[in-house]
Amino acid sequence: MRIGGIDIGSRYIKHVVLDGSRLAETYKVETGYDPLTQCKDLIGATRPDMLVATGYGRHLIANGGGIPTVTEIKAAARGARALFPTCRTIIDIGGQDTKVIQINDEGSVTTFEMNDRCAAGTGKFLEMMARALGFEIENFGASCENNGYEQVTINNLCAVFAESEVITLISKGIRREAIGAALHRSIASRVASLAKRVGVTQDVVFTGGCARNPCLKAMLGERLGQDLLIAPNPDILTAWGAALCAKQPPI
Amino acid sequence: MSNDYTEMWSSLGLNLQAHQGLLGVLSDAYQNIYLSQQGRPEGIKYFDFVISEVHGQRIVEIVKKKMEGKPIIGTFCVYVPEELILAVDGVAVGLCAGADVGTDEAEKYLPRTTCALIKAFMGFKLAGLCPYVESTDLIVGETTCDGKKKAYEILNEVTGKVYVMELPNMKNDESKILWKKEVRKFARKLSEITGIEITLERLKEASSIVNAKRKALQRLSALRSHDPAPISGLDALLINQVSFYDDPVRFTSQVNGLCDELEKRAKAGTGVAPKGTPRVLISGSPMAIPNWKLHAVVEGSGAVVVGEESCVGERNFSTLFDRSFSSVDETIDAIADRYMTINCACFTPNNERLGDIKSMIEKLHAHGLIHYALQFCTPYMVEAYRVRQAINGGRFPFLGIETDYSMEDMGQLKTRIEAFVEMIKEGPHS
Repeated sequence: MRIGGIDIGSRYIKHVVLDGSRLAETYKVETGYDPLTQCKDLIGATRPDMLVATGYGRHLIANGGGIPTVTEIKAAARGARALFPTCRTIIDIGGQDTKVIQINDEGSVTTFEMNDRCAAGTGKFLEMMARALGFEIENFGASCENNGYEQVTINNLCAVFAESEVITLISKGIRREAIGAALHRSIASRVASLAKRVGVTQDVVFTGGCARNPCLKAMLGERLGQDLLIAPNPDILTAWGAALCAKQPPI
Repeated sequence: MSNDYTEMWSSLGLNLQAHQGLLGVLSDAYQNIYLSQQGRPEGIKYFDFVISEVHGQRIVEIVKKKMEGKPIIGTFCVYVPEELILAVDGVAVGLCAGADVGTDEAEKYLPRTTCALIKAFMGFKLAGLCPYVESTDLIVGETTCDGKKKAYEILNEVTGKVYVMELPNMKNDESKILWKKEVRKFARKLSEITGIEITLERLKEASSIVNAKRKALQRLSALRSHDPAPISGLDALLINQVSFYDDPVRFTSQVNGLCDELEKRAKAGTGVAPKGTPRVLISGSPMAIPNWKLHAVVEGSGAVVVGEESCVGERNFSTLFDRSFSSVDETIDAIADRYMTINCACFTPNNERLGDIKSMIEKLHAHGLIHYALQFCTPYMVEAYRVRQAINGGRFPFLGIETDYSMEDMGQLKTRIEAFVEMIKEGPHS
């Protein structure tokens, strides 16, 4: 039996197919302006026997095709738990939202918090700032990590105002690596305070596309006083969790 | 709306074009949120009718009373004693404050960071969209929160009709004395504007009308404890909202009629959702009509709302006033005491509210609590922490929401509420 999970995020659509319990296929495509077609293309190619949708766009596909849905909160919890059985806290930084989820010994969600309304401190914010500084998003974190330049601070969390602040710092002759580090620090502080509000119980899994960023991982870990566990492919953890939800009727 | 009320609206000074637009939006929203529900009881049809005529037939009735010389008293808060208004043959109406309208107008006077309810009552007035406020002889404000009491100063500049009752912030003996004086003063004010002396007989009659209304709402509340729920949270919320507008005697009889039907449903095991559906209690800031946002999302996410620990809900009717006294002064003092049993977050401390929530969770067999605070409604936003701690040391499923009347956070709200419902389903209560 081939079971699919599809995570329709604000920036990317992630799709996995499990063959039994083995992760057989993974895909990641841009959400773009027509996510439904993107989903249909993906599923049309993989043709899973069962499919569960999650993520921001889950209802889009569910309404069209009678596909069961779970929230990305439950899916992230399920995925994180499957990969890291000791996990009790999940920090998920995606394209437009940040979630902190607590699970109990059985793996059920007991509480969670999400940023509301504003996308400050999310992947999209990092993307915009990387662009303003001329970095590729893929190596933004690595380029800014452990640089020996003077430490500066970014005060604004609003993407628009933060960008003006970045420009001001550039015009002062501050190295872009130092500005990048400041941006990472500002996100790490914001996410750490959200996590502390929920409660941080060991072990902590860091997931979502932003978990690929080593600078963010280090800064967040430092603020929470512990190492964060990261999946080899953190982008697809939620899609994988969705697929795992399919195995446990009733959904 | 079946009849043409243009002339009446025009004579009340409404902005006809904008008002027409508002009614269109309201009617669409009602269609989508209410009329699309499955398995509604027959008795709800009366309330559908009331809503379809909320700015029509009911205003005709109110204008008629006004012509007869009866005072129309607008209120914004459940602390304003309805008994006294009825005792001078007045009509008590809760004023429009539940929709994102006239915001541009309101923001000329108020900071953007003002709660949606305050912005709405200013907006409704300033944009000429509320026939109720235009019909009033007196608008009664109260010093519940900072935002409201400062906004009333401006509302008074605009209308010249605002009378503010000083509500204390504590419930000690001194505060209760102050409140009694305020209630007596309000009684004198009502006598003054109507020329009617409030007699014991009038107070008894008025109290019995209000009491009967509260009893009917208590009955409705108790029926929601059944599983399957015999009525949706949306419909029950609507009835509570209508309780602030409708003729109290007619309303009471309609609610009792509906409750008879709900009793039969409960006995037959008929409900609006299958037995075992996750049951959610909502607690927090008031939901003035037509604010149906949270209930719609919760019930669209596979749960049923079984109660509202809210001013538009339990706080409005949980205490009766059914003792008789031998003098007018004694009765008015006892009425004042009755209102002091309402547990609003504007009081400090407000431990009784925590007890109310716990007892509602138990009585209504709720599986989870959603704490609802309007953005910038500081008393409820802050008290959310104590509520969470109070329910089972924070272990009872709890979700804190801060939102307003706009739809910009719908995506986030849906995700959070769906995840909360999933959490309840997986939890020990399922």
